[in-house]
Amino acid sequence: MKQFLFFIQKEFYHLLRDKRTLFILFGMPVVQIVIFGFALTNEVKNSRIAILDQSKDEATASIIQQLEASQYFDIEKNLQSEADIEPAFREGKIKLVVVFPSQFQSTLLHTNTAPIQLIADATDPNVANTLTNYASAIILDYQNNIRGNQDFPYTIETEMRMLYNPQMKGSYNFVPGVMAMVLMLVCAMMTSISIVREKEIGTMEVILVSPMVPLRVVIAKMVPYLLLSMINIGSILVLSVFALDVPIQGSLLLLVFECFLFTITSLALGLFISSVTNSQQTAMLISLMGMFLPTIMFSGFMFPVENMPLPLQVISNVVPAKWFYYIVKAVMIKGLGFFSIWKETLILAGMTTVLMLISIKKFKTRLE
Amino acid sequence: MIAVKVNSVKKTFKAEKSVVTALQQINFEVSKGELFGLIGPDGAGKTTLFRILTTLMLADEGAASVDGFDVVRDYKEIRKRVGYMPGRFSLYQDLTVEENLSFFATLFNTSLEENYDLVKAIYQQIEPFKKRRAGALSGGMKQKLALSCALIHRPSVLFLDEPTTGVDAVSRKEFWELLRDLQKHQITIIVSTPYMDEASLCDRVALMQNGKIMEINSPKGITENFKKPLWAVRGENMYQLMQTLQASEAIDSCYPFGQYHHVTFTHAIPDSQVASELAKIASVVEVKRIPATIEDCFMELMRQ
Repeated sequence: MKQFLFFIQKEFYHLLRDKRTLFILFGMPVVQIVIFGFALTNEVKNSRIAILDQSKDEATASIIQQLEASQYFDIEKNLQSEADIEPAFREGKIKLVVVFPSQFQSTLLHTNTAPIQLIADATDPNVANTLTNYASAIILDYQNNIRGNQDFPYTIETEMRMLYNPQMKGSYNFVPGVMAMVLMLVCAMMTSISIVREKEIGTMEVILVSPMVPLRVVIAKMVPYLLLSMINIGSILVLSVFALDVPIQGSLLLLVFECFLFTITSLALGLFISSVTNSQQTAMLISLMGMFLPTIMFSGFMFPVENMPLPLQVISNVVPAKWFYYIVKAVMIKGLGFFSIWKETLILAGMTTVLMLISIKKFKTRLE
Repeated sequence: MIAVKVNSVKKTFKAEKSVVTALQQINFEVSKGELFGLIGPDGAGKTTLFRILTTLMLADEGAASVDGFDVVRDYKEIRKRVGYMPGRFSLYQDLTVEENLSFFATLFNTSLEENYDLVKAIYQQIEPFKKRRAGALSGGMKQKLALSCALIHRPSVLFLDEPTTGVDAVSRKEFWELLRDLQKHQITIIVSTPYMDEASLCDRVALMQNGKIMEINSPKGITENFKKPLWAVRGENMYQLMQTLQASEAIDSCYPFGQYHHVTFTHAIPDSQVASELAKIASVVEVKRIPATIEDCFMELMRQ
């Protein structure tokens, strides 16, 4: 036991004395949360638009005012003729042009219908789509307002509610994703590197030729990273609650338990990598390519898994991060309890057990 | 009493398309308290032999025992009682001298105080730097620290794989003095080295080449086995001299050795005529009869 504790202490020395790595390990989750939370977002805000108002009446003024008032649009300029539209887009600043035909209000009042043209810069289709949707919604809103003044039967109103995330915030999606990424990186990569380093500098040979049980060596290696990961999870949760306003809807205890489970999964992965590699570079490459990328691609955090071709969907099932991501979203955002996620938890636990068993079996008592 | 026994050990490695034989038919015994040297160039199979004896590798054929324990069956027992210093062993660079020592002590369930008398001679030399990180030590100091780490649990057999490679001449000398000192504690030491001059410091040596042991004897016994008269020759143009001598039929062998070429003749020539015989072949400045060294014997064995 004394042996084991001393080994853990030694691992902490390694970790704490490598200041730069330590800084990255603690700084990375914070930076990622800040970047994903504030800078990288799918939401479109303050887009510059232009107006071509050929009518200049009360109705168009009212719509323009509402567009300007929304947080989504900034009216960059007013165009004078249709010939100005093309050059305005060419300048590249303008994403959307709203065109009102002449006699807009009178047409609307007399025929009960009037067209508005929305011209969007579709070089980025997603942005174009979002902007036209926003604009349509604002126009629809105006339409409903004036309709209220008249007696107009049979209208069907669609009323939408965005469950769990009424403000449609991107950070609700990113926080669980960043958690999966950070845990993968810290645990899988750092554990594998630290074990392989002992092979590289020859100390593994000496440790093997000693009475210490190899399994204990491995477990001692995992302890510091387990602790580090729990600290990281703490800082991610604190940041997301207080800086990003992403609340923890479900049980904090359950959330921490699930994080703990996923940390063990990542550690087991790291151990597995270290048992099949002999150099730090290879260990790093395998962790990055084999763990980090699938985590980003297949967890559903950046790209929805449901939209992928069937073979990729099948592959995504073996990526532990996918299940973890699902669990964190369920507990943290939806506030579900253990009974809603026991299946996913079981899958994750199963993966961990299998990985642990394989890597412990592969961890050699000899050099070959 | 026999500390290490190796019986027809064979080891092969699979390379990409061929099979490389690292060791073939290795047989030797080392008695308790002996300082035994494995001498041979890189690739002779020294490290592989060490790894088999320290239970890190399994031999393809043959058997070996350390301290009476079989290296395959009783590997756990052996791991408790041997000390091993691998060739590329470089300690933990980011731990201090003291931390390195206490780590290896704890690894073997012991402490520095317990076996202080054993490592005292070595530890006293590195003690002034005990708060320094191992990475900041000089090459010679590092090797001394590594030796202390390998000794800390009072092993009965100590395996040192090329401990003096890359260490300056003075530190090498000190290191060997430390090894001779350890014999007082009845520790069997098996040490490998590519430096022939270190062979004479061992009790017995095995000369290895291409996975085979060419000869096992005391350093004195090995040099005494060199029967031909050996001559050191010096000339104006050493390179040309070597080429001329090697081409001559009267010359059996000629190879460079420091400032001289070491030369043997195909047929016995009386000592008094050697200078004139050589003068017939090439222009020579100095000729003198010398006793054979281990390296001369090694070169001779390699030629056979």
